[in-house]
Amino acid sequence: MPETSSVAFKPLGRAAMAERLARDIPEGWYVNLGIGIPTLVADHVPLDREVIFHSENGVLGMGPAPAAEHIDPWLINAGKQHVTLRQGGCFVHHADSFAMIRGGHLDLCVLGAYQVATNGDIANWATSENDTAPAVGGAMDLAVGAKRLWVVMEQTTREGHARLVNRLSYPATALAVVKRVYTNLAVFEVTERGFVVLDMIAGLSFAALQARSEAKLHLPS
Amino acid sequence: MINRIVRTMAEAMAGIADGAVVLLGGFGSVGQPQALIDGLIEHGAKDLTVVANNAGSGGEGLAKLLAMGRVRKIVCSYPRSPSATVFEDLYKAGRIELELVPQGTLAERMRAAGAGVQAFFTPTSYGTKLAAGKETREINGRNCVLEYALSGDVALIEAWQGDRWGNLTYRRSGRNFNPVMATAARLTVAQTQHIVELGALDAEAVVTPGIFVDRVIHVPYGDPPL
Repeated sequence: MPETSSVAFKPLGRAAMAERLARDIPEGWYVNLGIGIPTLVADHVPLDREVIFHSENGVLGMGPAPAAEHIDPWLINAGKQHVTLRQGGCFVHHADSFAMIRGGHLDLCVLGAYQVATNGDIANWATSENDTAPAVGGAMDLAVGAKRLWVVMEQTTREGHARLVNRLSYPATALAVVKRVYTNLAVFEVTERGFVVLDMIAGLSFAALQARSEAKLHLPS
Repeated sequence: MINRIVRTMAEAMAGIADGAVVLLGGFGSVGQPQALIDGLIEHGAKDLTVVANNAGSGGEGLAKLLAMGRVRKIVCSYPRSPSATVFEDLYKAGRIELELVPQGTLAERMRAAGAGVQAFFTPTSYGTKLAAGKETREINGRNCVLEYALSGDVALIEAWQGDRWGNLTYRRSGRNFNPVMATAARLTVAQTQHIVELGALDAEAVVTPGIFVDRVIHVPYGDPPL
């Protein structure tokens, strides 16, 4: 990867990425958060902004982690961590939980990803070199079912490879579904033209951002 | 008098044959019928096909059933656990078959079985490896994959309260796959934390009506908070 000019910007950390995404979730939305950075998003939605979090294992109206003395062993999230139920929340069985997902009732799903392609294809469940048993969970249902799919991920891999690509090289989770991508450097809208840059961190140039993307980036017209 | 409550694990397991398709409730260990899995191990049925969201954690329950070589095939959405490598080891050694199913498709295939729907079209997994070889069709402008109903010979489930008719309630996220699986098997066996008198359950709050349940066994293991 070509290093462009002197590096005068500081990429966002995981919590800051989650905070940036959380800013764009309005009151009243039903939201499912995937495992990893997406889970952190809930910590950055103030409690007085009523956003209703859904967990695929049958929790609607999920609240934050309980204090150790208030753990209920029967109440976990999709990542199998202990959580709480907010006032007004309820429990459903798995087929109803996925009816919420697959029936288009969720306003937003936030997932992590390995790659997003310029047409909105997402790869987040398997790497081609993976030699462990495959596991998909609810990713494919969430990706096609929610009204909006936003991805939060690092701009590049640890090795510096771009994650915004022309075509997926990892196995697809779903085709042409991603609407937005939040990275540690920028926010992108996925449009007919491809990736349009909505926001960038301070001190980063468009050229430097483009240098970290295989897919061509566009400025808003 | 209808009485679906059984007193012994042997009665609960009676008739589960070698080669059976066994639906196992639970999401991770929450809502998993631990005592019934132990009962199945004791019962000895082998060459099983197990349908469960996960492929066991720790060294007990499903992980133990797998380690004992009783399971020929697992139908599962997420056969990975930080605390168990039993499934992965068997899978890598070619000693177990895996049918990987998206979680929502897994739930819906069992709901379909319980409702008499033979198959359905869904957009989930279209264009992915998991749709390879499956029939596809564009319906209302969306590309869909044909998925078949998934029924079991037996469902082993965990519930919170049960009565002698087999009416069941669940506790919090312990509900998960249990009510769906109860509808999808020819024989449904529930372990419950509490047994209550007929009429004691609020009719509005019964989640699984007894029509879907054949046997109930009382397995108390402590009310939360533990």
